[in-house]
Amino acid sequence: MNNFCEFSVYQLLECIRKDNVKATDIAHSVIDRYNNIEPKVSGFAHFDKDILLERAAILDSQSREEHSPAGSMLFKIPVVVKDNICVYDELTTCASKILEGFRPPYDATVVKKLKESGALLVGKANMDEFAFGSSCETSCYGPTKNPYDSERIPGGSSGGSAALTASDQTVLALGSDTGGSIRQPAALCGVVGLKPTYGRVSRYGLIAFGSSLDQIGPITRDVTDCAMLLNIIAGYDEMDSTSADTAVPDYTKALLDDVKGLRIGIPKEYFIDGLDQDVRARIDDAILVLKELGAKFKEISLPHTEYAVSVYYIVGCSEASSNLARFDGVKYGFRRQAESGKQSLIDMCKDTRGAGFGLEAKRRIILGTYSLSSGYYDAYYLKAQKVRTLIKKDFEKAFSDCDIILTPTVPTPAFKIGEKIKDPLSMYLSDIFTIPANLAGIPAISLPCGYSNDGLPIGLQLMAKHFDEETLIRAAYTYEQNSKWKRIKPKL
Amino acid sequence: MDKKHYMTTIGLEIHLQLSTKTKAFCGCVNEFGKEPNTAVCPVCLGLPGSLPVLNKEYFYRAIKVALSLNCTVSGRMRFDRKNYFYPDLPKNYQISQYDMPLSNKGYLDIVTAQGLKRIGITRVHMEEDAGKLIHDENGVFSLIDLNRTGTPLLEIVSEPDISSPEEAHLYLKNLKSLLEYLDVSDCNMEEGSLRCDANISIRQKQQKELGTKVELKNMNSFKGVKRALEYEQKRQLETISAGEEIVQETRLWNEDKKRTEPMRTKEEAHDYRYFPDPDLADFTISQDIVEKIRESLPEMPQVKCSRFKNEYNLSEYDASVLIMDKCMSDFFEHCVKLYAQPKSIANWLIGELQSYLNEHNSEFKFLSITPLHLTGMIGLIDKGVISNKMAKGILVEILSTGKTAENIVKEKGLSQLTDQSAIQELAYEVLKENPKVKDDYISGKRNALGFLVGQLMKKTQGKANPVVANQMLKYIIEKDKT
Repeated sequence: MNNFCEFSVYQLLECIRKDNVKATDIAHSVIDRYNNIEPKVSGFAHFDKDILLERAAILDSQSREEHSPAGSMLFKIPVVVKDNICVYDELTTCASKILEGFRPPYDATVVKKLKESGALLVGKANMDEFAFGSSCETSCYGPTKNPYDSERIPGGSSGGSAALTASDQTVLALGSDTGGSIRQPAALCGVVGLKPTYGRVSRYGLIAFGSSLDQIGPITRDVTDCAMLLNIIAGYDEMDSTSADTAVPDYTKALLDDVKGLRIGIPKEYFIDGLDQDVRARIDDAILVLKELGAKFKEISLPHTEYAVSVYYIVGCSEASSNLARFDGVKYGFRRQAESGKQSLIDMCKDTRGAGFGLEAKRRIILGTYSLSSGYYDAYYLKAQKVRTLIKKDFEKAFSDCDIILTPTVPTPAFKIGEKIKDPLSMYLSDIFTIPANLAGIPAISLPCGYSNDGLPIGLQLMAKHFDEETLIRAAYTYEQNSKWKRIKPKL
Repeated sequence: MDKKHYMTTIGLEIHLQLSTKTKAFCGCVNEFGKEPNTAVCPVCLGLPGSLPVLNKEYFYRAIKVALSLNCTVSGRMRFDRKNYFYPDLPKNYQISQYDMPLSNKGYLDIVTAQGLKRIGITRVHMEEDAGKLIHDENGVFSLIDLNRTGTPLLEIVSEPDISSPEEAHLYLKNLKSLLEYLDVSDCNMEEGSLRCDANISIRQKQQKELGTKVELKNMNSFKGVKRALEYEQKRQLETISAGEEIVQETRLWNEDKKRTEPMRTKEEAHDYRYFPDPDLADFTISQDIVEKIRESLPEMPQVKCSRFKNEYNLSEYDASVLIMDKCMSDFFEHCVKLYAQPKSIANWLIGELQSYLNEHNSEFKFLSITPLHLTGMIGLIDKGVISNKMAKGILVEILSTGKTAENIVKEKGLSQLTDQSAIQELAYEVLKENPKVKDDYISGKRNALGFLVGQLMKKTQGKANPVVANQMLKYIIEKDKT
C-alpha cells in the first residue's frame, strides 16, 4: 500500500486527480502508517480513526468543485493540527490535564479555512503543555520522540506537529510559535517551519499563551508545501482585532530560484561560543551556497539580542498568567471536587488549578503574576516592554540595509529526553535565536540545512521585514533547490 | 460638637450600561431579562481561544457621553485587563481601562439652592460588565447567569466636589436627565442599568486634608443614595463627636433597615495586576470622528432650558423643572403646538402631573396621557366649562382611564354651571338664607363674600363657575342697596 503521506501536496493532488484516489484510501493509508510508526514517535495528542474515516467519507461524497467553488486547494490533503487550536466538537486540550475532555463549540479561523479548502483533518498533535516548553516533555500525555533518534526530544512546543510531518504521518501540519515553537522543532526534526508576521494569520481559536507573541504557522517537509499552506491560513479576520487588514499575495508565486543581489545580514550576536560546531559548519555551508548564487552577505549587529530571552519570559509569562486564569474548573475541562462536598467556590478553583496544571505551567503562571504585581510591574513588565521596543528597533535598523537576516535556528541539535527538563534556564536558551523574531513581530522560517555528525537534523533560520514572507519564501526555496547535502529519511 | 463646623465631601462612581444592540466585544444581543445563559457566545463566555473585538456602536456612544459631560476625549486609548478571580467573570479578568482611558476631565453643572454648581468629572472610561451569581441559601451550590457578561459599561467618576446628600441627589438627577437626552442607556437603577457607589468623608471646616473616606455600595435608587449618604453623614458626625475615629471601609446600604452596615466579608487589598490587553491593540481616536459625534449631539438640557425661557416666556424655575425630564419637555412642546398656552400647560405638567408621579413613584414616560388629552382639558377650563378644581379630578380620571376630558365631563354631567339665570336664582336663595352675612359684607367685611360664594357652590355641588357666582352675588347686593 502507498503511504500517501510521503507525497508533497502537488504530488498527492496529481495522484488524486490521475488515479482518482479517494479520501478514504488516504485515510486508510494514514491509519496504516499510524499503526506502524506512531508507537515510536508518540506525536499525536488525539487521534480518532473513526472520525478520520467519517470525514474522509464526507469528502468522497463531494466533487472538488462541489466542496468549494473557490478551488478546494487542499482537497483530501492530510493535515495535522496542534492541540492548542480549536476544532469544533473535537478534543482540544493544549496537552494539559486542566482541559481534560474539552471539546470547543467552534472552529478556530484557521481550521475553518482548512475545512473550506477541503483538507482532511487527521488529528491533534502533541505539544508542551500550553506551549510552555522547547522539548514536548511537559505534555500531560508524555513526551513525543524525535523521529531521527527516539531517545531525543523533537523540540517544542510544536514537537508533535514536527515529528508527525518528519515521520510521514501527515503531509501538512499547523503549529504555533510564541518564542520559536514552530521553528525550533522544525529544525530539530529536519522539516520546514514558518512563523508568519504577527497579524498575518488569525489567532481566533488559538488557545493563547502570550497573546502579543503567538502566531499560527505551517510545518511542512518543503518550502513549496509551506507556501501552499500559508496561502490557505493567511489573511485578515474580523474576529481577531490584532490580525492585519493587508492584502495577502499568492505565496506560491514567490517560489523562485533566484537570490541574485539579495542582501543577507549575518548578526554577529548569534554566532556565540555556545554554538555547536556541527551547527556552525552547516550554517557556513549554507552561506556559501547562497553566496555562489549571487546573494550579498554582510555582517550586521542586533545589539540588544542578549536581553531577548529575559524580555520574552517576562512578557510571555505575564500574558500567560492572565490568559490561563480562566481555567478554574467552573465552566469546562477538569474539576477537582472535594469528596466531602464541602468546598467553597474559591477552594474548588484552587484545588482544580493545583491538580490540573503541570510544573512548568505553574512556574510560568507564578513568574507572570509576580512580574505584573504592584511594586514589581515597573521593574519587570514595563521594563521588559521598553527593552522589547529596543529589540524591534534593532531589526528596523538592520533591515534598512538588508533584505534577509540569516542565523542558525537552534544553537544545538536535538538533546536527550530528560537532559534539560530539570534545568529550566538551559532549556530556555534553546530558543535564544528564535525569540527575537516574536518580540519584533517579524516573519521567520526554519529550513533543513543538513545533519550533525551524529545524523541529527540542523536548521537554518531566515528572518525578514514585517509582511515580507515572500522574500523569505524565495530565499528559502532557492536554498532548498540548490543545497548540496542529501536528504535522509528518519529510520523508523 | 457643632454640626456647622463640619463639612462633607462626596464623590460618586457611576456604572452605566449602554443600550447598544450587541455586547461590548462580541455579537451577542444586549438585552435585559432573557432566559439565563441564552445570550452568550464563545467570546463572552471567555472560552479558550476566543478573542474580543470592540463594538463600534459602544465606542461611539461612549464618546457621546464623554463629550456631553464636557470631557476631553483622548487621541489614543487602550484597554487593560483587570485581573481577579471570581466566577461571574468567565475569563477571570475584566476588560477595562486603566491609564489610557477614553476621556478625562469634564464637568456637570447642577442648580442648587445656592445657585449654579460645577461638579468635576474625573474620567469616563469603558469596561465590560460581569455576569450574575445567585448563591444557594444553604451554601451547597451557586448559579451563574452569564447573559450580562460583556455588556458595555461606562464608568463615570466624579471629583469629590459634592458637599451634601442633596447635591448628590441633584447630580444623579441631572446626569440621568443628560443620559436620557443622549438616548444611550435605560438608566434604570432597579434593573441595574445604572449603578452608583459613593465615597463620603467629613472634616472640620478649617482642616485642609480630606477626612477618612467610607465607600458606600448597594443603593438601588436615587433616593436610596441620598438616604444612605444622609445616614452615613450623621453616623460619621456622631462617631467623631464621641471621640472615635472613622474606619476606612466599605459599607453596604440596607434599604429595609435604613442604615449602612460594614461589609461582612473582610475585604482584602486587591492587586488587580492591570496590564494592556494584548488582544485589543491601542486605539487612535481621530479628531474627525470626535467632531462628527459632537455635531450630532442632540439639544442638551441646559440649552433647552434657555430656549424654553425665551421661546415660551417661562420662568427659570418652570423651564428647569420641565427640561429635567426629556419626555416631559417633549410632551410640553407638543402641547404648545396644539394649544398655544405655554404657561398653563407648564403649570399643569410641573404641578399636578409631577405630584401625581411623586405620589405613585412613577416616571413621565410610563404615563398614558397624550398632549391632546391635556390641551383638551385646559381648553375646557379656559372656556369656563369646568373649573380648575374640577379639572384636577378629571386629570386623575384621564390618567387612570385614558378617556378625554370632554367625555369624562359628559359622562358624569360634570359641566360647570354658567347659565346666568340659574345662578341668579340660586344667588337670591343664598342671600335670603344668610341675611347677616350679607349685612356684614355691606358694612365692609370683604371676606364675607367668600362665604356666600361657598354656599352657592355647595348648592350646585361645585358645578357653578366660581367667577360667575362671585360676580352675580356682588351684582345683586349692589342692586339691592340702591
